[in-house]
Amino acid sequence: MKKGGMKRLSVLVLMVFVLGIAAGCGGGAPNGENNGDKGEKINVGLNVELSGGVASYGSNSRDGALLAIEEINAAGGVLGKQLNPIVKDCKSVADEAMSVSAALVGDGIVAQIGPLTSGNVQGSTPVLMDNGIPLIAPAATAPNVTVDDKTGKTLDSIFRVCFIDPFQGTLMAEFAADNLKAKKAAIYMDASTDYGKGLAEYFKKTFEEKGGSIVAEEGFVKDDRDFKATLTKIRGKNPDFIYVPGYYQEVAPLIKQARELGITVPMGGGDGWDSPDMVSVATAPNLNNTYFTNHYSSQDKDPKIVAFVEAYKAKYNKEPDAFAALGYDAVQLLVQAIKDANSAEPAAITEALANIKDFEGITGKMTIDEQHNPVKAGVIIEFKDGNQVMNTRIQPK
Amino acid sequence: MLEFVQQLVNGLSLGAIYALIALGYTMVYGIIMLINFAHGDIMMVGAFVGFYSITLFGTNIVVAMIFAMLACAVLGVVIEKVAYRPLRKSTRIAALITAIGMSLFLEYMTIFLLGPQQKVFPHTAFPLKEYHAMGLLITNKDIFIIVSAIVLMIILQYIIKMTRTGKAMRAVSVDQEAAVLMGISVDKTISITFAIGSALAAAAGVMVGVYYNTINPLMGIIPGLKAFVAAVLGGIGIIPGAMVGGFVMGILETFVSGYGSSLYRDAVAFGVLILILLIKPTGLLGKNTGEKV
Repeated sequence: MKKGGMKRLSVLVLMVFVLGIAAGCGGGAPNGENNGDKGEKINVGLNVELSGGVASYGSNSRDGALLAIEEINAAGGVLGKQLNPIVKDCKSVADEAMSVSAALVGDGIVAQIGPLTSGNVQGSTPVLMDNGIPLIAPAATAPNVTVDDKTGKTLDSIFRVCFIDPFQGTLMAEFAADNLKAKKAAIYMDASTDYGKGLAEYFKKTFEEKGGSIVAEEGFVKDDRDFKATLTKIRGKNPDFIYVPGYYQEVAPLIKQARELGITVPMGGGDGWDSPDMVSVATAPNLNNTYFTNHYSSQDKDPKIVAFVEAYKAKYNKEPDAFAALGYDAVQLLVQAIKDANSAEPAAITEALANIKDFEGITGKMTIDEQHNPVKAGVIIEFKDGNQVMNTRIQPK
Repeated sequence: MLEFVQQLVNGLSLGAIYALIALGYTMVYGIIMLINFAHGDIMMVGAFVGFYSITLFGTNIVVAMIFAMLACAVLGVVIEKVAYRPLRKSTRIAALITAIGMSLFLEYMTIFLLGPQQKVFPHTAFPLKEYHAMGLLITNKDIFIIVSAIVLMIILQYIIKMTRTGKAMRAVSVDQEAAVLMGISVDKTISITFAIGSALAAAAGVMVGVYYNTINPLMGIIPGLKAFVAAVLGGIGIIPGAMVGGFVMGILETFVSGYGSSLYRDAVAFGVLILILLIKPTGLLGKNTGEKV
C-alpha cells in the first residue's frame, strides 16, 4: 500500500473508533444507586405514545395518570412528598421507548408508567430491569410482557394493571358463540404484533372448544390500508362472525372496507379498538353490530367510576376511555405500593407491587398474581351509532 | 368465478393508482435518466392538498383533484429546478442520492408542518354509492378511480403523440444534444415533463385519499416503491409500459392477497422487481437496444 494510502486508512480506522465510542456512550444509562426522592419530590416517569400509530392510547393514558397525580398531590402527596410527573413521547415505536426509558432513568424516576402497547413495553423493559426501576404497564395485554417466554420466569420489576390476552381472546370467543350464536368465524388479525397473534390464538382455541369452526385465518401488518382483497376472500367463506384483533389505525379502515364490500355480519376485537379514531375513520353506521372486549365502560354506574368520569370531564372536557382509566389506576397502584412499602425507593416499591392484594382501582378490584398480572373483570362494549355502549361485564372464572 | 371478477375489480382500482404514479417515474427516467425517488412523496403532497382543499375551502372532489394537480405540477417544477438541474452534468449517482434526500425532505417537512398523525378524508367529500351487478359489488369510488385514471392516461397519450410539446419530450428522451440542435428548449421540456408527471401523481394521491380515507406524511413511501416496480416491469422510460405495469402490479397484489396469503403481498411485489431485472431488465414492453459499433 502506498504511504499516503496507509495514512488515509489509519485516519479512517481512527474515525470509526471515535464514532463507535461516541455511539456507545450515548445509549447507556447511569447504573448503580438511583436516588429517586430528590428532596421533596417523587419523580414518576410517564413513557407514553403521544404520536404515531397508537397516539390516542398514550395521550389518554397520560391524561388519566396526570389527573390521578393532581388529585393525590392536592390531598398532600405520598409520604409527605409531592409526585413529580416526567412525561416523554415514545412515538409508538419500541426503539424510541427504550431511549425514553434511558432518559427517564437519568432523570431519577422511582417508577415508570407506560408505554401502552405490549411491543413498546418490551422495548423499555431491558433498560429498566438493568437499573432496578419498576414498570407499571397500564394496558399492555400480551402475556410475555411480564413473563419471559423462554424460561417461564416472571420478570422482576414489570407489572400491569390490565387483564391479559388469553382472558380477552377467550372472552370474545365465548361472547361470539354464546351471545351471538355464531358457528363459523373468520379471523383477520394484526400479524405484525404479539397482541394480535395472541388474541387470535386464544379466540380460536376457545371458539373451537365450544364447537365452532374457524373458516378463515388471515393477517394484515402495521400500516396496511388496503384490505379489500382479503375481505373479499373472507366474504366468500360466509362466516357468522369476524374477529379482528388489532389496533385502531388498521382496524378502522378495515371495518369500513368490509362494510363497503357488503359484509354485514357482526365483527369483534380487543381493547385496541378503543379509540375515538374508530368512529371518525370507520364512520358510525359502519360500526353498528361490532363489539370489543375492554377494561371498563365510562357508563358503569359504580360510584368510583362515576366520580372519575366527572373529574376527568371537568379537567379535559372529554369522556375518559379505558386507557385514561387504566393510566389513572396505574398511578393509584404505584401510590398504594409506596404507602405499603413506606418508602419511595425503587426496590421497595417493586417488592410492595408484587404483594398487592385487593387493590380497589376504578377498573376493578385487583390482586397481583405470581405473573404480576391482576385478576379482574372485563366488559364487552358494543358500538351503537358511534357510541360505546356497555353490553356485558364478565368476571374471571 | 364471481370472487375472481370481484378481485379483478379490486385489482383494477389499485392498479389505476399505481399506474398514475408509475407514469411520473417513467416519464422522468425517459427524459433525464433519473429515478425520482421523491415521486411517491409528491403523491403524498397531492393527497394533502386535496384534503385541505376539501376541508378548508369546501370544494368538491373534482376541483380538489385539479387543485392538487396544479399545486404538485408547480412543486415538481420547483424541485427539478432546485435539486436536479444543477446536477445535470454530475454523475447519475449524485442525482439519485439527491432524489432520496428530496424524498426525506418532503416527508419530514410535512411531519414538521402538519404533524405526524394521519388525517381523515371527510366522508362527505365522496358519499359512497354501491352498485350491485350480477352479484358483484362495485362502488362509485372504484368507478371514479378507474375512469379518471383512464381519462388522464388518454389525455397524456394525446399530449405526447399529437402536440409539439409531446414531440419535444420524445425528441429530448431520444437524444438530448440533437434536440438542442433542432432548437428545442431542453430546460423547458424537462420542466414540463416534471410538471405533468407530478400532476398525475397528485391525482393518484387524491384518489388514495378517497379510496382509503386516511392520509399521513409517510403514505408515499410504499406506493411509490411499488409504482417504481410497476414502471420497471412495464419498461422504464416507456409510457404505455408504465400503464401496463401499474395495472399488472395492482391485479397481482390483489390476487396474491385474495388467493394466497395476504402476508406475502409486499414480498411478491418486490420479488417481481428482482425477477424482471434478472430476466428482462428492459421490461415487458422494452426493446433490447444493443450497442451499435
